[in-house]
Amino acid sequence: MKSAIHPLEERFRAALPADVDYASIRFSERRGEYLTVRQGVVEPVTTSLDAGVMVSVWAGGGHGYAATSDLSPAGLAAAVERARHWAAVTVGRSVLADGIPLDHPVGSYTSPVADPWDTTTLADRVDLLRATDAQLNRPDGAAAADDRIVDWSAWLSRVDTDQLILTSGGGRVEQRIRNTYPGLRVTANDGSNTQTRTYGAGAYVGQGGREVLDRYGFGAAAERVPREALELLAAANCPSGVMDLVLAPDQMVLQIHESIGHPLELDRILGDERNYAGTSFVTLDMFGTYRYGSDLLNVTFDPTVSGQLASYGFDDDGSPAARQYLIRDGILERPLGGAVSQARARAAGTPIEGVANSRACSWNRPPIDRMANLNVEPGHSTLDELIAGVERGVYLQSNNSWSIDDSRNKFQFGCEYGRLITDGELGPVVRNPGYRGISATFWRSLNGVGNADTFTVMGTPNCGKGEPNQEVGTGHASPPCRFAGVEVFGGEE
Amino acid sequence: MSASAVRGYLDELVTWATAQLTGDEVLTASLWGEDSDFVRFNHGAVRQAGSVRQREMLVDLIEGDRHAQGSIQLAQDPEIDRARLARTLEDLRETRRLLPADPYLSYATDDGRSSERIHAGAPPEPDWAVSRIQAAGTGRDLVGIYAAGDTFAGFANSLGQRNWFQSTTFNFDWSFYLQADKAVKNSYAGRGWDDEAFGAKVAWSGRQLEVLARPPVDLRPDLYRTYLAPAALQELVDMMSWGGFSLKAHRTKQTPLLKMVTEGATLADGVRLSEHTAGGVAPNFQEQGFARPDEVVLVEGGMYRDCLVSPRSAREYGVATNGASAWESPDSLTMAPGDLEAAKVLDELGTGLYVGNLWYLNFSDRAACRTTGMTRFATFWVEGGEIVAPANVLRFDDTAYHLLGSNLVGLTSETEMLLDPSTYRGRSTASVRLPGALIADMRFTL
Repeated sequence: MKSAIHPLEERFRAALPADVDYASIRFSERRGEYLTVRQGVVEPVTTSLDAGVMVSVWAGGGHGYAATSDLSPAGLAAAVERARHWAAVTVGRSVLADGIPLDHPVGSYTSPVADPWDTTTLADRVDLLRATDAQLNRPDGAAAADDRIVDWSAWLSRVDTDQLILTSGGGRVEQRIRNTYPGLRVTANDGSNTQTRTYGAGAYVGQGGREVLDRYGFGAAAERVPREALELLAAANCPSGVMDLVLAPDQMVLQIHESIGHPLELDRILGDERNYAGTSFVTLDMFGTYRYGSDLLNVTFDPTVSGQLASYGFDDDGSPAARQYLIRDGILERPLGGAVSQARARAAGTPIEGVANSRACSWNRPPIDRMANLNVEPGHSTLDELIAGVERGVYLQSNNSWSIDDSRNKFQFGCEYGRLITDGELGPVVRNPGYRGISATFWRSLNGVGNADTFTVMGTPNCGKGEPNQEVGTGHASPPCRFAGVEVFGGEE
Repeated sequence: MSASAVRGYLDELVTWATAQLTGDEVLTASLWGEDSDFVRFNHGAVRQAGSVRQREMLVDLIEGDRHAQGSIQLAQDPEIDRARLARTLEDLRETRRLLPADPYLSYATDDGRSSERIHAGAPPEPDWAVSRIQAAGTGRDLVGIYAAGDTFAGFANSLGQRNWFQSTTFNFDWSFYLQADKAVKNSYAGRGWDDEAFGAKVAWSGRQLEVLARPPVDLRPDLYRTYLAPAALQELVDMMSWGGFSLKAHRTKQTPLLKMVTEGATLADGVRLSEHTAGGVAPNFQEQGFARPDEVVLVEGGMYRDCLVSPRSAREYGVATNGASAWESPDSLTMAPGDLEAAKVLDELGTGLYVGNLWYLNFSDRAACRTTGMTRFATFWVEGGEIVAPANVLRFDDTAYHLLGSNLVGLTSETEMLLDPSTYRGRSTASVRLPGALIADMRFTL
């Protein structure tokens, strides 16, 4: 999979207009391979090549963009003219009337890849999936298939993205991202009871090559996942009531994402998302003083974590990425806001430091404030110690349902797999476990955080937001965490 | 290159590619694209404005029962695109050689299926639309998105079949905010701008905003008699559509309507749902070139009837396809009206909740079609048939068998066509046509 960046760079540079206040060209080329084996059958193998540019022009206080897949000199010139036109149309009408908060950065980033996929053949990758798929209806390596398992599949997607940002002031940022997305899914059924168990609910994804599979125990999971699907089929419904909750890292991914990440997005706080993704219960005056969680809560924005899904050197507006605390010892410090949102907050009279998180899903969408890697920092407890501190509660793994209000406050989440906890000991498996709460108070009930040995680096491949809509991958890392007095429930009886 | 010109370009490209085929190869090509303008507003000002031109083509290279597929973004330069396509065909041949036979491969082989569906339109000049929208937002807190232009889809294969879909529309999807999360949502979509119609919608939103200004009520979790406006009901049927009508989901017991299959559970007698392609605005063919019938009845008399069947599922399960896409979810879902007069909905509701919109739904027990979600935008507490106050957001958690079954009082006699404003891959061509629903008791939990 070879990149087209270098043959096209001079053409892009020549297309950049010199007679405007600021201009940039962001080229993105994404090459993907998508493999799935379902019930022993290799599903249609698909490759993709998606390439195009976004031209951005700032002129006279206006700002416009144009995106095109036509990379010919004429196509680029037409895009520049459309972007100029939009910049002219928006003069005096923009949310950001004065100044251009963008720089002319120079730098590069390349994903760490220890074991490149290119050293394997397609046949190798398909064989790996066929062998894995063949285990998924035979729990723990049984000789015979279990006919309660009614559907199963194994997949492996890899996406290489090469991106080049050139600016009218000599800026040049080149980034090469290599992502790997493995997955397993097993569904078991008995009458009206259907249970699905997966490999980390899609959270075991990251940057890198074949080592991503080893990082998350892909091979061993092929025995565990079908066994747990059958355990769920035989399990009782999760009990209802107020009790303590221990969330595994692959559920913390969702809990962090929905009830810390989205509420802290500065563009939401500034109102951009109110017609679609929603607003936020967080307001600008809370930063620096608001108690978001207990003293145990420490949250970082960290695009520098090696191998995490949303690591990068620069965001899509060219701001250099750095690790920053958003919440320290439970106190809210800074939002997820890029250069443009920070400038808007300043213009509104609230100078506030943000992070480098202006991101676009591809060449065809403009950057907006997004999560990148948003992580709960480790504490000091082992998982056994977290469990031992619960008199009556549940231990939940792997998200399968997510719903939260438009202010990112009242939430209800469901998980694939639960275990009862009684008097500090893990007990029976329970099915259809769910819990509900309110973000503004939930994190204050955090009373145990796993240590560095339990800290797991993961991500979620599909986060939707923005108008026009965009879907990006975000990284989340967390240890298991314990919460006191949460409303827990099960499914229909 | 305009959308209309892309049609001819696809034809030329596939004709050229057909000449490059070897042996008994068959090639299918499915194209999707848009020429769209997007203007995003916040607080009545422009947040982002721009244009997007994209043309993505998925090619399936078949020989016997082996195949491989690849997608490319077209540059619209014949020299560049032929080179990309030639390279793709070469790669797909090599890939195909390494793959086993696909027992469920299915593609259209009848060139009599060629078709065209063109919805012509004349959206206003974007500069004018921006001015008009900003004028409507004067003195109000307006936030939303204006999207306009061409969307198009094409299918062509080496057997001579050609299908084309093209639609030229605009869709302004917006909210007026009063404060915090108190807002009225509305949309104005069509093929040509009628300023009087737009003005009427703006005025309606303005009146709703006045009601929202009353002190809100904070309702405790409980069972409430509830009216779901069509836009709210849309969220519920969208959840049912997530696997509910898919043959594959039925056969693998993952459908949220599992109890309709295993236990004979039913919805209310008056519930009739269909995939009504003839009444929608989506393409009437799918990505393997199979035609979609005018209508597939999914639920009738409250009982499950037919599934949506993709060509692949058809091969796997030995039934006929009905032109469904690979994910077997409806693009043009229609629910039949009932006999409640829309003008009397508040009287029929009496005391309870009027829900204008629901938000962020998900399954709390998929196998039981139990769904949770939030109220959003204009949701009001009603007493004695009169709106009393806006209601603060509430979470519901209930099953479709209650909401559209045992607890359904009735459906309105008027239905509303709701165009999908989503733009994830590009501008959506999906739509629903739905009535409003009056529910005796809806379970709210938070």
